[in-house]
Amino acid sequence: MSALKIKKGTTSKSAYNLRSNYDDLIERHTLAVLVANEPGVLARVIGLFSGRGYNIESLTVAEVEQDGHTSRITIVTTGTPQVIEQIKAQLGRIVPVYEVHDLTVEGPSVERELSLFKVSGTGEKRVEALRLADVFRANVVDSTLTNFTFEVVGSPEKIDAFAELMRPLGLSEMARTGVAALSRGYLKIK
Amino acid sequence: MAQIMSGAKMVVQALIDQGVDTVFGYPGGAVLPIYDEIFQQNSIKHFLVRHEQGAVHAAEGYARSTGKPGVVLVTSGPGATNAVTGLTDALMDSVPIIVMTGQVPTFMIGSDAFQEADTIGITRPCTKHNWLVKDTEELAETLHTAFHVAKTGRPGPVLVDIPKDVQFADGTYKGPSKVKSHYQPKVKGDLKAITELVEAMENAKKPIFYTGGGVINSGPAASQLLRELVAGTNFPITSTLMGLGSYPAKGENWLGMLGMHGLYEANMAMHDCDLMINIGARFDDRITGRLDAFSPGSIKAHVDIDPSSINKVIRVDIPIVGDVGHVLEDLLNVWKSRGRKTQNKDLKAWWGQIDIWRKVRCLDYKADTKTIKPQYALERLEALTKDHDRFITTEVGQHQMWAAQYLGFNDPNRWMTSGGLGTMGYGFPASIGVQVAHPDSLVINVAGEASWLMNMQEMGTAMQYGLPVKQFILNNERLGMVRQWQELLHGERYSQSWSESLPDFVKLAEAFGAKGILCSDPEDLDDAIIEMLKHNGPVIFDCAVEKHENCFPMIPSGKAHNEMLLGDASTDGAIDAAGSVLV
Repeated sequence: MSALKIKKGTTSKSAYNLRSNYDDLIERHTLAVLVANEPGVLARVIGLFSGRGYNIESLTVAEVEQDGHTSRITIVTTGTPQVIEQIKAQLGRIVPVYEVHDLTVEGPSVERELSLFKVSGTGEKRVEALRLADVFRANVVDSTLTNFTFEVVGSPEKIDAFAELMRPLGLSEMARTGVAALSRGYLKIK
Repeated sequence: MAQIMSGAKMVVQALIDQGVDTVFGYPGGAVLPIYDEIFQQNSIKHFLVRHEQGAVHAAEGYARSTGKPGVVLVTSGPGATNAVTGLTDALMDSVPIIVMTGQVPTFMIGSDAFQEADTIGITRPCTKHNWLVKDTEELAETLHTAFHVAKTGRPGPVLVDIPKDVQFADGTYKGPSKVKSHYQPKVKGDLKAITELVEAMENAKKPIFYTGGGVINSGPAASQLLRELVAGTNFPITSTLMGLGSYPAKGENWLGMLGMHGLYEANMAMHDCDLMINIGARFDDRITGRLDAFSPGSIKAHVDIDPSSINKVIRVDIPIVGDVGHVLEDLLNVWKSRGRKTQNKDLKAWWGQIDIWRKVRCLDYKADTKTIKPQYALERLEALTKDHDRFITTEVGQHQMWAAQYLGFNDPNRWMTSGGLGTMGYGFPASIGVQVAHPDSLVINVAGEASWLMNMQEMGTAMQYGLPVKQFILNNERLGMVRQWQELLHGERYSQSWSESLPDFVKLAEAFGAKGILCSDPEDLDDAIIEMLKHNGPVIFDCAVEKHENCFPMIPSGKAHNEMLLGDASTDGAIDAAGSVLV
């Protein structure tokens, strides 16, 4: 049967809604981007996101291979499937970008984030904070008579949950590294 | 053999080794060492422009008319910032340009030094890639890589920022053959997808080729293959503004340009087709009109070397990432090997429908015996120059669309216009770059008076180098396209869209030592054009045209291809509220 009998290729979007997503679900994707570790490469990646109106939920970057001068950028982004595809294609165009991998679709992956929480309080609240920290397998990395600084490592959701619990117990400050992610199993990028 | 030389000398040596013989530029403090080297050699000819924007547009004209990259040399700070418009223009239209900028010495970077600007930061979003060279040892490799990146894949502008101390210091020069780049975009298309497209072509009842600037960027061979494919299949073909000339305007299957001011038959065929074969175009908003009504019943195939062009605006059914020339070659081979099949009977009916659309004669206009209609001026220009070895550049606006509609382009690289960015002021410097590359050819810049004034200082460049560029100005004393939109969209309130205190263009030409011609009577037009062509030197042709002419056909913003306005149509309420927010 002729393929031409199937009507397809139409788009349901109009020009006024190029960035709209009313007919598509917003998805959250974790991208691993291997780049040449040269000056300005991070600015190129960030400039792409701001210039084209894409979202960045978190972004981490560090050199991972000293000999090859390769850095790995892990970006958590959100968008419709079409926007996510565009983000990957646009990243791929950047000259010092070697590879772009979508860990969300390329099989199972692990995501971890490190965070530090400063919790101030005395008496019952202080004991409760320490007890909850134990439940979350948080490390105490600094303590004074009125403060604890906890280190929590885990998925972003776990860190969100810990922050919620600490808030009524005197959470005064927090810092998060953003997500680092790897695919599971023996599959490797590069 | 390692050669030790200064950074400035390396710049000249690298250009020579890259086959460059022409540089457009403007000196200044931070590039003096390079200019000193240019002074002491004869391999590279430097053309001194009058403004750095002109240098980049001239390089664009040079590049697009030759297929070779254009080279620009400017100083730091204002030299670099003035180049930004040209860089953005070249990025939007995929023109290979290498811009070298001077920079304050490395030890002064960040100190707000005289004529310091963060050139790399400013030009990052308007170049394909850019480099700040902090060590003379890296200069040669960076320059060769810059040429590679500009020319490879989807072409584009690159910039190399060279601090003055790097120009003075000595380093080891490396030739181009010693430089390897990881940047190697895929040029061969996926054979499975190509076969899928051939199957669709074999079954298509109402197919159309929709081609763009990618065909021209791929080189003359791609245009030849396209012609062979069109002749073999007998499919109709239309092209974007950027792709004019890849298929000849005198060819039998040519429908004319498509898009906002495209031809009726081209847009209607795009809307009604059942197979759309996009070759090297990018579904620009000037082409698609309203997206949810864009060619609703067609299977869409898209050949593009840039993966990010695929599914960016329009979802396609058959994506093929690859260079147009390579893909067309494979496409032709597969189609031939499968027996050169098409649905001949259906195609005949399709051509019958197209002939009905052609009978609308969408480019007809009301002729006038007293005033020169701009369309008439271009018809006469076409009639009197079409047999010349001719290159056309344009500025941006109504005249640009009329030029695309009324002039015929039968070969690639003959038509230079600012498509994506729509840069007023592009055409004159571009014509200079074209003339530099083709000294014995006829180069005409079809202009509007408002656009032309934006880079009129380049008259000095044209005079200095004896470049006989013809400036054919359709003078309506209006910003014609702005005026047209104000008529359609803003209740005929012509806010700031007329030009007062226009110069006397004949005297202006004479002030530069050029020839000026004024023509306002249709009867005199042919003689005046012939006079322009006969003059061996730059000419400013002031063609006083009808002031209130609108450019039709027109797809109003937010409307579909089959909702075109034609010449005698009422324009009341042509653009609705939703369309009015679009540009």
